[in-house]
Amino acid sequence: MTVFAKLTRTEIKLFLREPVGAFFSLFFPTILVAILGNIKIFRDPSPELNGLRTIDVYVGIAVALTVAMTGLQVLPMVLATYRERGVLRRVATTPVRPITLLAAQMTATVLIAAVSSALCIAVGYLVFDVRLAGNFPGFVLAFLLCALGVFAIGLFIAALAPTGKAGNAIGTLLFFPSMFFAGLWTPREFMPDPVQRIGDFTPMGAGERALNDAMNGNWPNWLSAAVLVGYLVVFGLGAARFFRWN
Amino acid sequence: MEEFARRSIRAPGSIRDAGYMAVIEVSNLSKRYGDTVAVRDVSFAVEDGEIFGILGPNGAGKTTTVECVAGLRTPDGGDLTVLGRAPRDPSLRAEVGVQLQESQLQEKLTVREALDLYSAFYPDPADWRALAGELGLDGKLRTPYGKLSGGQKQRLSIALALIGNPRVAILDELTTGLDPAARRDTWDLIESVRDRGVTVVLVTHFMEEAERLCDRLAVIDRGSVVALDTPAGLIERAEVEQTIRFRPSKPLDDALLTVLPEVREVRHAGGRVEVVGTGNLLQAVTAVLAVHQVVANDLRLEQASLDDAFVRLTGHTRGE
Repeated sequence: MTVFAKLTRTEIKLFLREPVGAFFSLFFPTILVAILGNIKIFRDPSPELNGLRTIDVYVGIAVALTVAMTGLQVLPMVLATYRERGVLRRVATTPVRPITLLAAQMTATVLIAAVSSALCIAVGYLVFDVRLAGNFPGFVLAFLLCALGVFAIGLFIAALAPTGKAGNAIGTLLFFPSMFFAGLWTPREFMPDPVQRIGDFTPMGAGERALNDAMNGNWPNWLSAAVLVGYLVVFGLGAARFFRWN
Repeated sequence: MEEFARRSIRAPGSIRDAGYMAVIEVSNLSKRYGDTVAVRDVSFAVEDGEIFGILGPNGAGKTTTVECVAGLRTPDGGDLTVLGRAPRDPSLRAEVGVQLQESQLQEKLTVREALDLYSAFYPDPADWRALAGELGLDGKLRTPYGKLSGGQKQRLSIALALIGNPRVAILDELTTGLDPAARRDTWDLIESVRDRGVTVVLVTHFMEEAERLCDRLAVIDRGSVVALDTPAGLIERAEVEQTIRFRPSKPLDDALLTVLPEVREVRHAGGRVEVVGTGNLLQAVTAVLAVHQVVANDLRLEQASLDDAFVRLTGHTRGE
């Protein structure tokens, strides 16, 4: 096994050993789908959603939620803790470069978000009859774009946060407005137009819209894709510029 | 006996004369953080196979010095080579094992996982099971890092510094926070590491540790090397005073002792005589006593320790 694979596997194991974090990241979005799916009006077709049911939209929102939870809450906390505890510095004394550990941690986080998303989609499909993504490659693309954009922000937080706790706090502070624009509390389609237009430029708003496009059988729209790539570039470069190894 | 022989061949000078190469060479190292000068002018050379100590009070610049040697920090000035290469040379990472001060592992990572993972980082790793056995960690392989005692964490940290089969091991404050028994075990371990041919650089502020382990020592104070010698040489050089106390079998004229060049002062305290002086004091005093047929009862010699020498050299008490 390569060092990268071994590091990624270790990161996944360590993630699973934090019961509270692992439970929320892996199951909370699915539980949300299960609860909302049990509300009768959420299973009725809605004219605002072009005849779709609210639960149909919520599966996409729950997928966006997995990305926001792992990227804004888990990732900055873990990486800032690694710096705080000197894990990155210790790796820096070995032939492995600390950036490899960072990449392994991000890969592990993407895999966890993917598993969590697959669970949401499976429960939505099997229990509530939510259709699968009409454009599956488009859905994977939207998921990766959303993950890259949001993880870049998570890395940027990790770069600036002095401790793991601070990283988690900043991430949580960003998490709520981000998820608002993704439609966690009110699906985007029900929002007033100006709020939707603002949401288009937020990472989770753009991410959810891209995922929604793919659910409806289209490719992610150019604006959302551009917004997410923009976040990736700006915050990715910012993280690279400010990241301290110790 | 064996220990004595080893120490004696490592006296300063003899190593260079025998043509050994310097494993680490540091010349005029300087490093500042903002306006604070951490290291002003540090020079020393570490010879192949020795345990070289870097001793100094807290904040003297010890850690900064070894972090520059380990390639973790870029010096502002000076020349450094490690195994003939620049400290940042990536090829050195496989040959230099580093145990960092206050560097922890992930709480939930088990000892086995840590050893297995870090051994995968190196091209030619040591057998981690054997290493765990040598370090007394074989019973703890399934224990997560967060559940280890201070001593066990420290031993794991040493194991990780040695897991790549390094030629040089840099160990920073490795016994700080350990209880006396664990400290002694760690000392035995460091000696066994040296006996395997690994050159050891040991940063410490424990005099006893430096005196017991190190072949040679650099004493660093306020960012500069104030002395560089064997522990015995440092004590001698510091000309620390010793005190002899005894109860003479018959009255003794002070003048017989005060004329000796080694003696600075003779005091009396309740039937006891206290002789304060330097150099070969005990021999000089006992010779005079023998000539005058005085028996020294309850003879005690308060010898200078590295601790005293350190205070003399730096003007600090330890830990200050």
